Amino acid sequence: MQLTLKIWRQKNASDKGGFATYPVDHVSKDMSFLEMLDVLNEELTEKGQDPVHFDHDCREGICGSCSLYINGKPHGPLQTTTCQLHMRSFNDGETVTIEPWRAKAFPVLKDLVVDRSAFDRIIQAGGYVSVGTGGVPDANEIPVPKTIADLAMDAAQCIGCGACVAACKNASAMLFTSAKVSQLALLPQGQVERKTRAEKMVAQMDAEGFGACTNTGACEAECPKGISITNIARMNREYFSAVVSSENL
Amino acid sequence: MSWVTKTLKSTLGRKLIMALTGLFLILFLTGHVSGNLLLFKGDGGEAFNMYAKFMTTNPAVKLLSYLTYISVIGHVIYSITLNRLNKSARPIGYAESGASTNSTWSSRNMGILGTIILVFLAGHMYSFWFQMHWGDVPTVTYSGEEYKDLFSVVQVAFQQVWMVALYVVAMIFLGFHLSHGFASAFQTLGLNHKKYSPAIKTLGSIYCVLVPVLFASMPLYIYFTS
Repeated sequence: MQLTLKIWRQKNASDKGGFATYPVDHVSKDMSFLEMLDVLNEELTEKGQDPVHFDHDCREGICGSCSLYINGKPHGPLQTTTCQLHMRSFNDGETVTIEPWRAKAFPVLKDLVVDRSAFDRIIQAGGYVSVGTGGVPDANEIPVPKTIADLAMDAAQCIGCGACVAACKNASAMLFTSAKVSQLALLPQGQVERKTRAEKMVAQMDAEGFGACTNTGACEAECPKGISITNIARMNREYFSAVVSSENL
Repeated sequence: MSWVTKTLKSTLGRKLIMALTGLFLILFLTGHVSGNLLLFKGDGGEAFNMYAKFMTTNPAVKLLSYLTYISVIGHVIYSITLNRLNKSARPIGYAESGASTNSTWSSRNMGILGTIILVFLAGHMYSFWFQMHWGDVPTVTYSGEEYKDLFSVVQVAFQQVWMVALYVVAMIFLGFHLSHGFASAFQTLGLNHKKYSPAIKTLGSIYCVLVPVLFASMPLYIYFTS
């Protein structure tokens, strides 16, 4: 396959940046998208040019590091992570546009690498259980109904890649935040800090400069882990009930 | 900052205002369209004029009308602040967008749809609401009691083809606004559950067609029958 890559290049956070075009040849349909970029980077390095910087780690679709906005969609045409996207999803001779996630809260550091530490700070604000829960409990020692455990597990699947923010027209982080709020609100271990968690995580989400939700559902449609917007509704319930009933003035 | 101001300043608090005012306006539209069906009665406007008098003089309706004004103003103001916040959350946009594959056009353009409806509303209120309250409306007498003949004002207005066209087009925009707004309001309130969300969605799909069609049929009926 032959492709033309239109890639966002930006030297550093303060650089204005712009698109650069790279023709790539001998692309195998079986290559993953990131392997295709590896090939490009090898060529660029051999020519003494700066390789294209992009985030990646596990390349197994579980770490949430890869974050490329490909042809107008986060993680490209399939509902998966960029690392699990293969070149068979593209056509010979196609021009592929690759951009970084775009959000005020996700500033571009270099090329396609964005700073997603805003997500870490949302989690730090309350996305954890701080009471001692002891070692691994015996099975069924803490009763959790199967249906509830399934819902919590679905929410816990979020890998924090930020595709929801990238897809949302408002760069809203509500799907991400709601997944963690939901996961812990559904489980017994999360009850102690339930109200404070909802209040603090929403406040941090707002402070980071993410937009509000318009319920377009774009996040759910693009999420590589299929996190449902029913979690956003649950977060709204958690938040509204927390603000009227928590002890925090 | 008190917990109330803090909540209302949060993204979720602002969305709550949008949802509550939106739902109240949906209730208003339901009442408005039901009452206006009297235009079809074919009694020379007697029932409609009596209804119009009741709607402008009854104290309980007055209270509801103030709530409606507040809802319109609140819905508009909060949509502006939310829109500004949302725009600022993405200072640099994408070169390419595949948004049409993951969301409906209406859901992404509620602000544009709302602005068009607001402009229409201003004209609509001037044509009828303002005339009824402070305009020079002829009067009619039914069984000894005097009524403002709003029916004749409506009749005259919808003799003009451009007015009819304007109203029909405006109702199309209203329909698209409601097609997203109806179910969206419930989602914002946290009311999303497999037991009742399908019903809300179905109701929303019916409502966003039925109400605008009923409204649009009024100018069309008057234009083609008189």
